[in-house]
Amino acid sequence: MLSYTTKEVSDRKALTINPAKTCQPVGAMYAALGVHNCLPHSHGSQGCCAFHRMFLTRHFKEPAMASSSSFTEGASVFGGGSNVKTAVKNIFELYDPEMIAVHTTCLSETIGDDLNALIQDMTIPEGKYVVHCNTPSYKGSHIDGFTNMVSGFINYLAQKSDSDNGKICLMPGFVNPGDMREYKRLMNYMKVEYTMLPDSSGVMDAPMTGKFEMYPKGGTTVEEIKSLGSCTLTLALGLKTSEPSAEVLKKKCGVPYKALPLPMGIEATDQFIMALQDISKEEIPYGLEEERGQLVDIMIDIHPYTYGKKAAIYGDPDTVLGIAAFALELGMIPKYMVTGTPGAAFEERANELLSKFGVEDCVAKEAGDLFLMHQWIKNESVDLLIGGTHGKHIARAQDIPIIRMGFPIIDRYIHSYLPLVGYKGAVRMAELIANALMDYQDNHCEEKDVEVVM
Amino acid sequence: MSAVKDEILEKYNARVYKNRKEHVITVGEGNPDVVKANTRAIPGIITQRGCCFAGCKGVVLGPIKDAVVLVHGPIGCAFYTWGTRRHKAYADVRDGERADCYLEYCFSTDMQESDIVFGGEKKLRQAITEVVQIFNPTAIFICSTCPVGLIGDDVQAIARWGEEEFKIKCIGFSCEGYKGVSQSAGHHIANNQLIRHIIGTGDREPKEKYSINLLGEYNIGGDGWEVEKLLKRCGIEVVSVFTGASSYRDIKNAHLADLNLVQCHRSINYVADMMKDKYGIDWIKVNFIGTNSCKESLRAIGEYFGDEELKAIIEAVIIDEMSNVAEEILYLRCKLKGKTAALYVGGSRSHHYQNLLSEFGISTVLAGYEFAHRDDYEGRKVIPDIKPDADSKNIESITVEPDPKFYKVRLTEEQRSALFEKGIMLNEYHGMIKDMEEGSVICDDLNHFETEEFLRILKPDIFFSGIKDKFVAQKNGMLSRQLHSYDYSGPYAGFDGAIRFGKDVLLGLSTPAWSYIRAPWKNTPCLEGTLGGEE
Repeated sequence: MLSYTTKEVSDRKALTINPAKTCQPVGAMYAALGVHNCLPHSHGSQGCCAFHRMFLTRHFKEPAMASSSSFTEGASVFGGGSNVKTAVKNIFELYDPEMIAVHTTCLSETIGDDLNALIQDMTIPEGKYVVHCNTPSYKGSHIDGFTNMVSGFINYLAQKSDSDNGKICLMPGFVNPGDMREYKRLMNYMKVEYTMLPDSSGVMDAPMTGKFEMYPKGGTTVEEIKSLGSCTLTLALGLKTSEPSAEVLKKKCGVPYKALPLPMGIEATDQFIMALQDISKEEIPYGLEEERGQLVDIMIDIHPYTYGKKAAIYGDPDTVLGIAAFALELGMIPKYMVTGTPGAAFEERANELLSKFGVEDCVAKEAGDLFLMHQWIKNESVDLLIGGTHGKHIARAQDIPIIRMGFPIIDRYIHSYLPLVGYKGAVRMAELIANALMDYQDNHCEEKDVEVVM
Repeated sequence: MSAVKDEILEKYNARVYKNRKEHVITVGEGNPDVVKANTRAIPGIITQRGCCFAGCKGVVLGPIKDAVVLVHGPIGCAFYTWGTRRHKAYADVRDGERADCYLEYCFSTDMQESDIVFGGEKKLRQAITEVVQIFNPTAIFICSTCPVGLIGDDVQAIARWGEEEFKIKCIGFSCEGYKGVSQSAGHHIANNQLIRHIIGTGDREPKEKYSINLLGEYNIGGDGWEVEKLLKRCGIEVVSVFTGASSYRDIKNAHLADLNLVQCHRSINYVADMMKDKYGIDWIKVNFIGTNSCKESLRAIGEYFGDEELKAIIEAVIIDEMSNVAEEILYLRCKLKGKTAALYVGGSRSHHYQNLLSEFGISTVLAGYEFAHRDDYEGRKVIPDIKPDADSKNIESITVEPDPKFYKVRLTEEQRSALFEKGIMLNEYHGMIKDMEEGSVICDDLNHFETEEFLRILKPDIFFSGIKDKFVAQKNGMLSRQLHSYDYSGPYAGFDGAIRFGKDVLLGLSTPAWSYIRAPWKNTPCLEGTLGGEE
């Protein structure tokens, strides 16, 4: 297993091995699936759309519906204008969405298709919408693609307004439907009215009813996006993923924003809850205090198994930072924090976390890859891997337990239904972490040391 | 049945209707049946097709274990083809020569904006250098993605540079995603380079009396290993596999085999044809999916070599294999008989699996290919009639000359006609239609709209397809199993594989969860009371 990975770390300038990111368009596709009655459209070769649908379907185990401009060699030379126009006509006729959300690809970006002009030129049926965002695959990662699509919706649809609708705009970050449901539960609990953009709950975790719905019940509606300009405040969760879109809404419609880390672990959730309280001005309900108290209770209960344990955490920047924060709260050491997504802020924020907890000798790396992380582990091992599916080979090669959190998880089920955010999400993380470490102990200790009480 | 076709297609506008009507046929209605194929998908139609890169890197090159397949492009294309197709392999040593296995790795130049603007050649050179420094592989395959062709990076020149600089095999594959109309173009591009640069460069002579290459077998879920096991039992040496669990080490010796067996005709027929022209090696179309197909394929090999001893071994192997599975097949047949299936898979499985399904008494009501050409439906006899279009003309087709050293006529004309008499077709594939029942439907490049409509009207019990439409059927309460990736099960090839497949279908139909879709309160009145006026 990964037996050619050298222990010696050599400086690589051009070669990425075992990436911890993928390209922008898949993020844009996911964001667009979180809008009700909206069909994501990939302006590029068919393969892009096929790959992205495949990946989202494998992660969520749900249909990921999207269409393609189906570029041929001719379109790549003469431009994809007629392809996208034909596509839009066919989509409205056949699949009847309320909105088509176009994202670009490295192909259409390289040839310089101007989607603004192309969309202006289209005949769009009454009451229907075509929006777009630019997602050049050679810049950033799927996280930037997600952000760009959210910004695209705002650019096209959000309307500046003098009135205040009393709602907040919640930007969820690149999280699962299970997390989105948890946000909504917490906001309802806190009596905060909201529009969440995007909202993939009810779409990428739609129930089995015996009837396939191309546009399931969930998702932010077009009307809701239009009225984002009337929101009191934007709460942007996930500094990397959500803050740029909050900035767009602020610039376009003057909605102020507050950017917070993903509410993962206790402190970040506290921050989120208090930000909600700031808006509602209501007392925090006892039920939430109870949830928080349970979490702390659990953290104290399991600390003998978690304290001082080292973890290698990899994946998307906001998620890795969220998991790392909770790991630190559990007394663990986030030895390696790796994201493939470029952006120096990741390392800065990771180091802020470390210094806050007074933990040293950890490494955070933006634009890194799993090959590098594996090399580090070969030089100084860890007790636990936390991230998506693609760490499983390292886990097996080094005999380190792995728990799956983040994106993509294409070799397990159910994960996307359950939250990692909020106090409940932290309880779940605590259970996953403790179980992994304790199972490992059970399986690896000497037979005489197997205990029924732990 | 043509009423079904009309009912579905009439919902299209005139232009789409005109295009699609030739891709959908009812078997037996044409004279002969003609299926339009390998033409552009309509933008926005929600085709399930992928791209040229997927066919080249994902399908043909990906499984070659000892080559570092370096994707030159932005990160996505490498990422999505990293282990997702389930072609298994491990490193091994053969005749003292080792083949490493890099399949757990994903290699990319991760092109950035500056590479697009200023060109990516420098980065590609550097990446090759780093691959050599870290891994020192015997071969590097460079696969181009869309922007590479657009900005004009000369991947072929860099491959030549790499070969000279590092004295290893270094091959460029210009398989930009926009080429052709589906994965099929990528197969062709990969085939061309294999014959140009690899086949014929080795000198490992086969050891057994009879040797073959297994073409178009990608070892999904371990299928190829099952087939190899069977052939080995018969004393037949597998020189190389194209390309499941295979290696540069083995493929370079392919020209020394006696016979080519072609499993997936679509993806590899170019290699089969070119090896026939260049080395005189005949090919026969085989199918190791289903016990009857296995028997037929093994017997055809026996007949080709015309050796009574070999034929006797083959019969003994068949009897032995059948003794292990016959009872289970009967059991499964009794459970599955009368069910109906729809199949929509790549370029061969929609055909191959019909044979296996029929062993269980499951009939096929609809079948289609994602990226086939007309010959995959109608048989190779139509190849001369296929008119090249703008898209297919862009895909290089190469002709090869007989190799002065290795070209060898394998059979005399008498032997050929004797085989023909016995129904063994050399260098021939008769296509899918021939094996389909009259009245069943064939749909080429089945799109989402048609999928929903056909499933609604034909109501098959099982929809065999891919990951993108699996859950569409499943949400409708219909069992759907992926036939590209075998739903993470397999192997399905060989005699044991047939049983495994049958069991998987049965477990899919039997899982109790289906019975809970409708909540009980949907069937009972929610209010209790008495009707007014009742005494």
